[in-house]
Amino acid sequence: MTRTADVVIIGGGIHGCSTALHLALRGLKPILIEKDYAGRHASGVNAGGVRQLARDLHEIPLSISSMDIWERIEELVGDDCGFESHGTVLVAESEAELAGFRERVDDLNLRGFGHEELIDAAELRRLVPAVSDRCPGGVVSRRDGAADPFRTTQAFRRRAVEKGAEVVEGVTVTGLSRNGATWQVETSAGIFEAPKIVNAAGAWADRIAAMLGEPVPLAVVAPMLMVTSRLPAFIQPVVILRGRKLSFKQLGNGTVVIGGGHLATPWRDSNETVLDWHKLAISARTVWELFPAMHEATVVRAWAGIEAYMPDGIPVVGRSSTSEGVFHQFGFSTHGFQLGPGTGAVMAELIATGSTNTPIDGLRIERFSTKDP
Amino acid sequence: MIAAADLASSYELVIIGGGPAGLAAAALAARAGVSTVLFDENPGVGGQIYRAITSTPVADRAVLGQDYWDGAALADEAKASGALIVNGATVWSLDRQRLVGVSVGGKARMIEADRVIIATGSQERPFPIPGWTLPGVMTAGAAQTALKAQGLVVDGRTVMAGSGPLLWLLAAQTLRAGGTIDAILDTTPRRNWLQAMFHLPDFALSPYFAKGLALLREVRAKVPVHRVDTMEAVGNDRVREVVFSGAGGTRRLPVDLLLLHQGVVPNVNLANAAGVAHVWNDRQLCFVPVLDADFGSSVPGIAVAGDGAGIAGGTAAAERGRIAAIAAVRALKPDAVVPDTQAIRQRLQREEMGRAFLDWLNRPADSFRMPEGDTIACRCEEVTAKQVRDTAKMGCEGPNQMKAFLRCGMGPCQGRLCGLTVTELIAAERKTSPDEVGYYRLRPPVKPITLAELASLPISEAERKAVER
Repeated sequence: MTRTADVVIIGGGIHGCSTALHLALRGLKPILIEKDYAGRHASGVNAGGVRQLARDLHEIPLSISSMDIWERIEELVGDDCGFESHGTVLVAESEAELAGFRERVDDLNLRGFGHEELIDAAELRRLVPAVSDRCPGGVVSRRDGAADPFRTTQAFRRRAVEKGAEVVEGVTVTGLSRNGATWQVETSAGIFEAPKIVNAAGAWADRIAAMLGEPVPLAVVAPMLMVTSRLPAFIQPVVILRGRKLSFKQLGNGTVVIGGGHLATPWRDSNETVLDWHKLAISARTVWELFPAMHEATVVRAWAGIEAYMPDGIPVVGRSSTSEGVFHQFGFSTHGFQLGPGTGAVMAELIATGSTNTPIDGLRIERFSTKDP
Repeated sequence: MIAAADLASSYELVIIGGGPAGLAAAALAARAGVSTVLFDENPGVGGQIYRAITSTPVADRAVLGQDYWDGAALADEAKASGALIVNGATVWSLDRQRLVGVSVGGKARMIEADRVIIATGSQERPFPIPGWTLPGVMTAGAAQTALKAQGLVVDGRTVMAGSGPLLWLLAAQTLRAGGTIDAILDTTPRRNWLQAMFHLPDFALSPYFAKGLALLREVRAKVPVHRVDTMEAVGNDRVREVVFSGAGGTRRLPVDLLLLHQGVVPNVNLANAAGVAHVWNDRQLCFVPVLDADFGSSVPGIAVAGDGAGIAGGTAAAERGRIAAIAAVRALKPDAVVPDTQAIRQRLQREEMGRAFLDWLNRPADSFRMPEGDTIACRCEEVTAKQVRDTAKMGCEGPNQMKAFLRCGMGPCQGRLCGLTVTELIAAERKTSPDEVGYYRLRPPVKPITLAELASLPISEAERKAVER
């Protein structure tokens, strides 16, 4: 039996679920198809950072519009998603690094973005008392925070369904074909028809793009995270580094999540990842140097979520270059969680009205096309 | 004492666990010329069944029984074989590329292995009754550990409750060591006999038949036994009494120590984290790894021997270890001389003969596996049975989603004490099978390690260069 919708969304991560909700809020009927279950991969198991700090210029507008949604997330999805806003602090490990941060903040200010703020050693110590004495300062984005990733993805999924979206899980897309103005999405559970398709398939999105004749150089990656047992509360903001790879956050329950982008080996066909403990040991040593209080903390779990990384480290958001009615929303390159709420709203606007006021031109898929520079 | 720095970076065969399966496998493989290391977490080898076999202070051999002392030969054989046996070694990671993460003396190392035999044995099945988290409530296995390793005998008013051969064995060992037991509460459901009876002829031929009968007689002569259908540990600061009901109505007994036990199940954590496929075994009510005739798993080069492959007891575990080791030797050293597997398989079959009877007879009742209301299911995160049931009713389909909703299984025990309970509760609420629901996807480290231990991993050449630049 063929089922029909206004839009078929492929992929049940935070992005697919957010787009489903925003389309439903606009009165359209989306069907979301997910090969596993919503939030099974990177969207459900990322570090949960909700960060505007240190973003590529091309995605700052999306990030800011997302932040506006995060701050009223409960109103939108009926769940606070565990979102807490204590800022993100980028710690400088040397004076030279701090000088580089100053240039970046000055440049952002000239472009009219004021969310990144340079801080000196005293303010750094005030925000992050536990940080090592040798750090001379840093950058803070005070509206930033963190949320519970799986809970957030599930909240978007649930509210989308409440608003009229249909979510089909455990179903894999096997082919795309076109019949006039209608797309036929062939799946392991029959055919779904809609005039429009959103490719939000994350680490598998290149396969969907290839079906449309627009191959993309997507790398499948699996950034590793580890979590400690509970410790007394000692840090509120999320802390990140630039020179060395680290993100560091203590959750409300006292556990500390340590990440930063060291990669596991992903096996996307079997949904498996193989951790690289030598690289996790590098994270352990970095934490050791930055936070002496952490020496005897116990690591209870390490894991990695499978996701897509683009060569330039920024996502593909916008229309397909080859196929009328198809929209891409993938390749968030290990920092897509914060962008989920806002990008879903922008995609829904683009699909429903044909345009959007949020500048996303720098994120077009054409940048990877050899024929069309 | 062997230190982390003494370890080579790779071995042909890494065996994890020094119980009967691991010891037998190590002895056989090392003798065949395979470079073999055996990592065991405890201060001495023996596993649970032969715990402290080389060091126990219990000198009277009658207390722990001849079956226990049979373990000494296995330990001697392994030590004489040339295998490197490392005690105090915690294996906290194993992946499908057979990289083994191990900590010895607070220092971590990653060891490459051509073949791995997981011999991590069994653990006691969770026994989630009301009050099971109170001080003074322990597992029978924990009491047996104290007896074997330290010669400690239970003290004060003691009640043992549950089902299965180990409960009766511990009762007998306790009595022989001079301890007293106020009562045994037998939770074996009567109707289990209907299924078990079909397998009685096989059991009657197995070595466990006569041993089992003698054990029952020995204990029943000295301890009152009550058949019970419900049971609760009661007390505020600690357990004060055990309340139970059976055919004779509800009764209360004052207790200082309540020892619970309802059988053992494979300890799946390491195999699961390595990506080994598991399947639900409805007779033993637990997940077991999917294995071939040589105990090879779904992950190439990784075998699971001993009770970790499905519960069959200590003697069978040693035979399984030998079969797995022979397969490893044949793969690594095709010209090496190995014993005939046919004879070993026949011995194994004899050992396994009575298992169906024991399994069917000792299947714990639903009410002792799938609790209700405020009874704790996950001890680490204090999640109740009701919370799990309600979340399943709300639509949560599996234990991995449940983790995200309730944090059950995310504490330091990594789901050892709630995994089966949570899977079965979800299956019950969603009216499907535990196999369909599945188990936690377990994440390394399967045993917690400190950040300092992790930081002690040797620095690679690439990292040193990155720092210098």
